[in-house]
Amino acid sequence: MNILVPVRKVPDTTAKIAFTPDGKSFDANGVQFVMNPTDEWYALVRAVELKESLGGKITLINVGGADNDQIIRKGLAIGGDDAVRIEGDDRDAYFCAKAISTYAKANAFDLIITGKEAIDDNGFQLASMIAEYMDWPCVSQATRLDVEGDVFHLSREIEGGHEDIEVSKPLVVSASKGMAEQRIPNMRGIMMARSKPLNVIQAEESSLASEVAKYALPPEKGDVKLIDADNMDELITLLKNEAKAI
Amino acid sequence: MNVLVYLDSADGRVKKPVYEAISYAKKIAQSSGGQVHGLVLGVSDESDLKSLGKYGLDVAHHVDDTRFNSFDSRAYSMAVGRFVEANPCAHVVFAFNHRGKALAPRVAARLDLTYVPGAMGLPSEDGIVIRGVNSGKAFAHVKANKPGMVLAVTGNAAGLLDEDSEASISSFDTGLNDDDFTVKVVKVEKMEGGIVLTEADRVVSAGRGLKGPENWGMIEELADTLNAATACSRPVSDVGWRPHHEHVGQTGITVRPNLYFAIGISGAIQHLAGVNQSRTIVVINTDPEAPFFKAADYGVVGDAFDVVPKLNAALKAHFAA
Repeated sequence: MNILVPVRKVPDTTAKIAFTPDGKSFDANGVQFVMNPTDEWYALVRAVELKESLGGKITLINVGGADNDQIIRKGLAIGGDDAVRIEGDDRDAYFCAKAISTYAKANAFDLIITGKEAIDDNGFQLASMIAEYMDWPCVSQATRLDVEGDVFHLSREIEGGHEDIEVSKPLVVSASKGMAEQRIPNMRGIMMARSKPLNVIQAEESSLASEVAKYALPPEKGDVKLIDADNMDELITLLKNEAKAI
Repeated sequence: MNVLVYLDSADGRVKKPVYEAISYAKKIAQSSGGQVHGLVLGVSDESDLKSLGKYGLDVAHHVDDTRFNSFDSRAYSMAVGRFVEANPCAHVVFAFNHRGKALAPRVAARLDLTYVPGAMGLPSEDGIVIRGVNSGKAFAHVKANKPGMVLAVTGNAAGLLDEDSEASISSFDTGLNDDDFTVKVVKVEKMEGGIVLTEADRVVSAGRGLKGPENWGMIEELADTLNAATACSRPVSDVGWRPHHEHVGQTGITVRPNLYFAIGISGAIQHLAGVNQSRTIVVINTDPEAPFFKAADYGVVGDAFDVVPKLNAALKAHFAA
């Protein structure tokens, strides 16, 4: 089975978020970047597990500049066979989805699987947009993915539970927690990743659907009001009269 | 200028987060003298649809077709696309819930409209919409470069209207073929009773401070008293004390209830990212240095095993009074 795994570079989960003085762009000063956790832990690891049991090939695909190669190599160390980097700005989901689907149409994949959301953008949009441009079905926020012949068996989250579904190949999946467990690449994987192919391609220019006029940080939270553990009635009074929360 | 709302439904009834999406659409439509049209896919209760007039819905278009009873984002996107072709509208509004997140980007790509996921407020006069990014640690002021938008809205984005009005019902035939439906739902498992975490107004969440899964009884009792959903931190779901779908945080789910109780959770930055848009946060922790206190509105320094039963008893007395 041939699997395409879109991976994104994001600020580390513990990164302090700051913006340039004009508020127009992210201040990357001193920030460590990582592979988007849901892409790595859930989508890529599940792809590797499927390949280990069924054979086939995993291609990683990323949109961005040469400074993204580090996270792509990590993906190759975890188990990707080869990788493609599309030169371009990854801030526009339409651009990413169009470029990735253009590549996917020209190559035969059975499955495209990525994380449910990027932790910097929180848009939950890439998988669905790729599926629309491919005219393929898509299962979002899947917590389980198995394959039997030409049929995928999945579970996906719904309000207050989950549902089990079946879809025939080809398919786009966005992966949620539960699908796989994080894997730390071993030394052999890291050594092998150095010689795996990483091709850089150019995408068609396209105009941006939207722009960020500015970024802003949330207002500072005021000081916490501490309540004595023996005075729960005071907490209830505050929740009722001040916070109007009960 | 009419605005379309996708009326996400389950078991024939429109879901709660959609109510606010309707009011949001109404506020946009009103500013230009337009109407709010809703599209519901699958067999639906028409008295429920009529009642949505209360939130600002003018017309509910019912696709009374059993093939839509289970969710297939491709077929749904085709259906919304065909509806918009037949009934042009300025914007399409979704609730930013499970299906909204899955479907809205497809519809935006299909119709070539600008997509704004997680809109937190109405578009300003110059068309800027604010959305949360970096897991609640920042906001982006997004400006569309062309007229039409697909907006997926979060809770508290517009408030709920309360109008003395009923929506009218119309029917719509999508003309889709059987082979346009490719996703087959074989089993649905939903919890019985209980409050759905992603739709909850109040959440009671607990972490490693609880020491073991056998101690969750008092958390469930407190949640029951408050009519709240239960949640947990990542370590707790990782070791299997609680199910994955209760994991709130950067790699789990994001919640934004009116009231969030964090009990025995230290408040790692990744957990805060999933809850920091809650309106009021109460933290109960033995460690006065726990970082969660910095993000809290109210704090109690104390042992959960002592504080939670006292709080529960006091709340019960309060609600009974």
